[in-house]
Amino acid sequence: MKRIGVFVCHCGINIAATVDIEAVVKDLKDYPGVVFVQDYKYMCSDPGQNMIKEKIKSERLDGIVVAACSPTLHEKTFRMTVKTVDMNPYNCEIANIREQCSWVHKDKNEATPKAKLIIRSVVEKALLDEELEPVKVPVVRKALVLGGGIAGIQAALSIANSGHEVILVERQSSIGGRMAQLSETFPTLDCSQCILTPKMVDVAQHEKIRLMTYSELEDISGFVGNFKVKIRQKTRYIDWDKCTGCGLCIEKCPQKVPSEFDQELGKRKAVYTPFPQAVPNKPVIDHENCTYFKTGKCQLCKIVCPFDAVDFDEADKFIEEEVGAIVVATGYDVYPVLNMDEYGSGKLPDVIDGLTFERILSSSGPTGGEVRRPSDGKVPKEIVFIKCVGSRDPENHFPYCSKICCMYTTKHAMLYKHRVHDGQPYIFYMDVRSGGKGYEEFYQRAQEEDKVIFLRGKVSKVYQDDNKIVVCGIDTLSGTNVEIRADMVVLAMAIRPSKGVEELAQLLKIAIDQNGFLTEAHPKLRPVESLSAGIYLAGCAQAPKDIPDTVAQASAAASMVSNLFAQEYLLHEPIITGVDEDLCSGCGLCITVCPYDARILNREKSIVDVNEILCEACGACAAACPSGAAQQRNFTDKQLSNMVKAILS
Amino acid sequence: MTKNRAISSRKIESEALEQLEDISGVNVYACYQCGNCSSACPAVEFMDILPHQVIRKVQLGFIDELIESETPWICAACITCTVKCPRGVDIAKVMEGLRQIVLRRDFEHINIREIDKKLRKKLPQIALIGNFRKTIL
Amino acid sequence: MQVSYYPGCTLKTNAKNFETSALAVLERLGVTARELEDWYCCGVCFSQASDNLMQQIAPIRTLVKAKESGNRQLLALCTMCFNTLKRSIEFIKADKDRLETIQEFMDREATRFYGDEVDVVDILSLIKQIGLDKLKDAIVKNGKDLKIASYYGCMLLRPKEIAIDSPDDPSIMEEIITASGCENVYFPFRTECCGSYQIVNEPDIVKTRAKKIIGSAVKNGADLMVMLCPLCYYNLDEMQLEIQKEDNTFQTIPVLYITQLLALLMELDLDIHDFSLHSVDPRPVLKRKGLL
Repeated sequence: MKRIGVFVCHCGINIAATVDIEAVVKDLKDYPGVVFVQDYKYMCSDPGQNMIKEKIKSERLDGIVVAACSPTLHEKTFRMTVKTVDMNPYNCEIANIREQCSWVHKDKNEATPKAKLIIRSVVEKALLDEELEPVKVPVVRKALVLGGGIAGIQAALSIANSGHEVILVERQSSIGGRMAQLSETFPTLDCSQCILTPKMVDVAQHEKIRLMTYSELEDISGFVGNFKVKIRQKTRYIDWDKCTGCGLCIEKCPQKVPSEFDQELGKRKAVYTPFPQAVPNKPVIDHENCTYFKTGKCQLCKIVCPFDAVDFDEADKFIEEEVGAIVVATGYDVYPVLNMDEYGSGKLPDVIDGLTFERILSSSGPTGGEVRRPSDGKVPKEIVFIKCVGSRDPENHFPYCSKICCMYTTKHAMLYKHRVHDGQPYIFYMDVRSGGKGYEEFYQRAQEEDKVIFLRGKVSKVYQDDNKIVVCGIDTLSGTNVEIRADMVVLAMAIRPSKGVEELAQLLKIAIDQNGFLTEAHPKLRPVESLSAGIYLAGCAQAPKDIPDTVAQASAAASMVSNLFAQEYLLHEPIITGVDEDLCSGCGLCITVCPYDARILNREKSIVDVNEILCEACGACAAACPSGAAQQRNFTDKQLSNMVKAILS
Repeated sequence: MTKNRAISSRKIESEALEQLEDISGVNVYACYQCGNCSSACPAVEFMDILPHQVIRKVQLGFIDELIESETPWICAACITCTVKCPRGVDIAKVMEGLRQIVLRRDFEHINIREIDKKLRKKLPQIALIGNFRKTIL
Repeated sequence: MQVSYYPGCTLKTNAKNFETSALAVLERLGVTARELEDWYCCGVCFSQASDNLMQQIAPIRTLVKAKESGNRQLLALCTMCFNTLKRSIEFIKADKDRLETIQEFMDREATRFYGDEVDVVDILSLIKQIGLDKLKDAIVKNGKDLKIASYYGCMLLRPKEIAIDSPDDPSIMEEIITASGCENVYFPFRTECCGSYQIVNEPDIVKTRAKKIIGSAVKNGADLMVMLCPLCYYNLDEMQLEIQKEDNTFQTIPVLYITQLLALLMELDLDIHDFSLHSVDPRPVLKRKGLL
């Protein structure tokens, strides 16, 4: 019989307060198979670990059971410890007497016998544990980055610079994302495109980055280190290999449509590039608005193209690739104004959102950088900014804070004042959150130098009266209701995850939280990993954040990818469910229950084969197998039955 | 009369406040003083203490001021404040609670019999009965 | 189609126009609204106090009578009655103990009420239920150049549990007006409170509100204002003359119940209207627009 050692941890008072450790130690000393029992205050500490190592050697133990907290916390730690003294790590088992015993009971008289039973059952498991070796999984050292905004661009550049190949997939025809739409960035008031475009060009020119714009992820299978992805390259109706980006087709196109890049304030053509600094600077044809596709007439672009690049018969292309890691950097959308009934339900042209105001401020925007209002092009002299629209509103919209609005609204008010010297900006706020570097000073500058009037309170209603927007709000600091007859109102709308993120998350099998953002593995300690190995998160797809935090997070995600690629191979848990060829009849029941497609029918031998790499050790097949041919390693039917017997004894 | 500025746990857990919580069933600590209720209130210009200030005073335990204030009697119970609150605080219920506290101390705010007879005949009944909010019932 | 009908006190006296026009319109649309036998005051103001169960007895009794009538739907024309009755249902559904206590005081009633047996409905939702195209078919007069301002007041839209439409941007009345062939005038105060029962001893509040509401409707070019609440009606109708005494630049506008307008457009018997009950006489405008 194996020689099992039992180590009971006090975990300070976490276990010891509710479980009588002495009684437990006494009980296990006489249990068959157990040759040594010891308790200690903090088994996971250095002295605790050293004690285990010593005793394994001195007592010639074949396996150990550590009775302590949940295995999710320290199983790895203890297994690594026993490895250092040449014990197979899979002979080290954890008996959870904390989360499943001392933390859920108050009565010592109930908790102590329960702890004894838990440990006994795990001893039974340990007695039959086999020595296992982890499965080695090869790694494809190529990364996939989904999203070509600043987060995706940064991640792609970081990974590529460490020597690995990257595929950057972006669903618009150009990379740049939201940052390309901004005019200036806080707190330095740098021109956004000026600091972004060099990075965009780097991406285009980097020999390790394969840029795929106007593309989306179609399908994915596989697992960390070995993802098989299918990317749909949407049809542009223009052969980009022939196209030089001369722009003649755009010039001649007769069809004008509202420009999404300009938040529908400006116009673009049916064949277009979203903005002048687009990368790649090659146009696409908008199928829905193109005259030729709608009526069969036109084809002007085709006629004028000197390189014969226009091809109306082009179809979507599918590209299949193998990658080892994925970074999801899909960015954000702005919550639409039409959802705000009290602010005009989106029907008032001079009540706009912050992103639209950015386009107005932008020198390459629809007003050439002059602050003019959408309805009649007049320069607004009284402009009202309202913060927290849709955010911090658990009753009607979203409970969270969108983080960036305090800063960008202050920036908007300042930029407005710099351009309209005789104008008066007002900001309605509930709080001002300016925690980043230089942010508080920026906010103070707005009040002292630019005389932005900050009114503390919400706005209950805005309505149109002649050519003014009447803003009915309150200043709680002075305790008075205030009414402003404004020329224009800018709403700081809530930041929402990009459209389509829910479907993408389902495809990737990663989680989204109750607000629609992608869930990180741990909110404090693992902010760039998703809950699925090999898939990392960066930027506003995970939660609203500003540009410095986005770049930091993207760099962190890239670093995680590099860590992954630095390993020769990945190790996969060996507690998989095998196939006993003698017992297997090839009935295939296990194949139908396997969620990972890890079992396949071997027609020649009339049995089932298991792919050890795909198997995630869920045990469904072991439960379904009628003959017992499917046995999970170290969780065999015999072990489980012995464990149950020990509990019921 | 000088206002007593002291805040203490004794004040915050006073009997009157407990009574208010019982009658109204509202947790005023959800309020973050955005002022939307006061901004939208149709009768606010006639009030001595604004609706959001009422909630603030309840939070800090200054219930005596509220009991002497005109605000709950100016309130038209239109429930706009409650509907506008982003935190789901039912300000209308708090106003009713304040009215009830005063009324249950046997202090009627209006005497229906004192209303001019001709006016009483002209008014729709629902206006008169609405005013029973201000009487002991 | 048959529904039970709960009039309430005011509908039989000050707001007679509302009742007569509404019943006539419903009949024309094929709905019989059968008045409840033996009804009492609905309680009017829903008690906001969570411990005042006594004040719930009036509305619950009304609902018992509605249940006994056998019709699933109870039409409450007066919006205050609608609001009170509907909130009472939510109140007792929220806590079974409350219902038990209330029932102990209702031993004289033959029937028990649990909350789900009766649907309280307002006239707007009922008309929509019947069908806007049916309404359109019943319209005879052309209201094309009639500009109507729809005023909702409070009780239909607040609180959220019983609201029939969005409290900030509702459209149900405007949809009915469009179906009836008239033009809608949107004005910013259509969902704001008129001052309600403060008319009794704080009339200044109502005067301020009325000035804002009426002024806004007039500014946006309305010919007529329609509404459903007898108290809003009284407040806005009466106050206009008071305001005009103090400010002779103030323009008045006739106030009608929406069902009066519909009755005129359907060319129903003119005897159902008692125009003497209006302070601001609507007859000149109605004649000018060809409705009389």
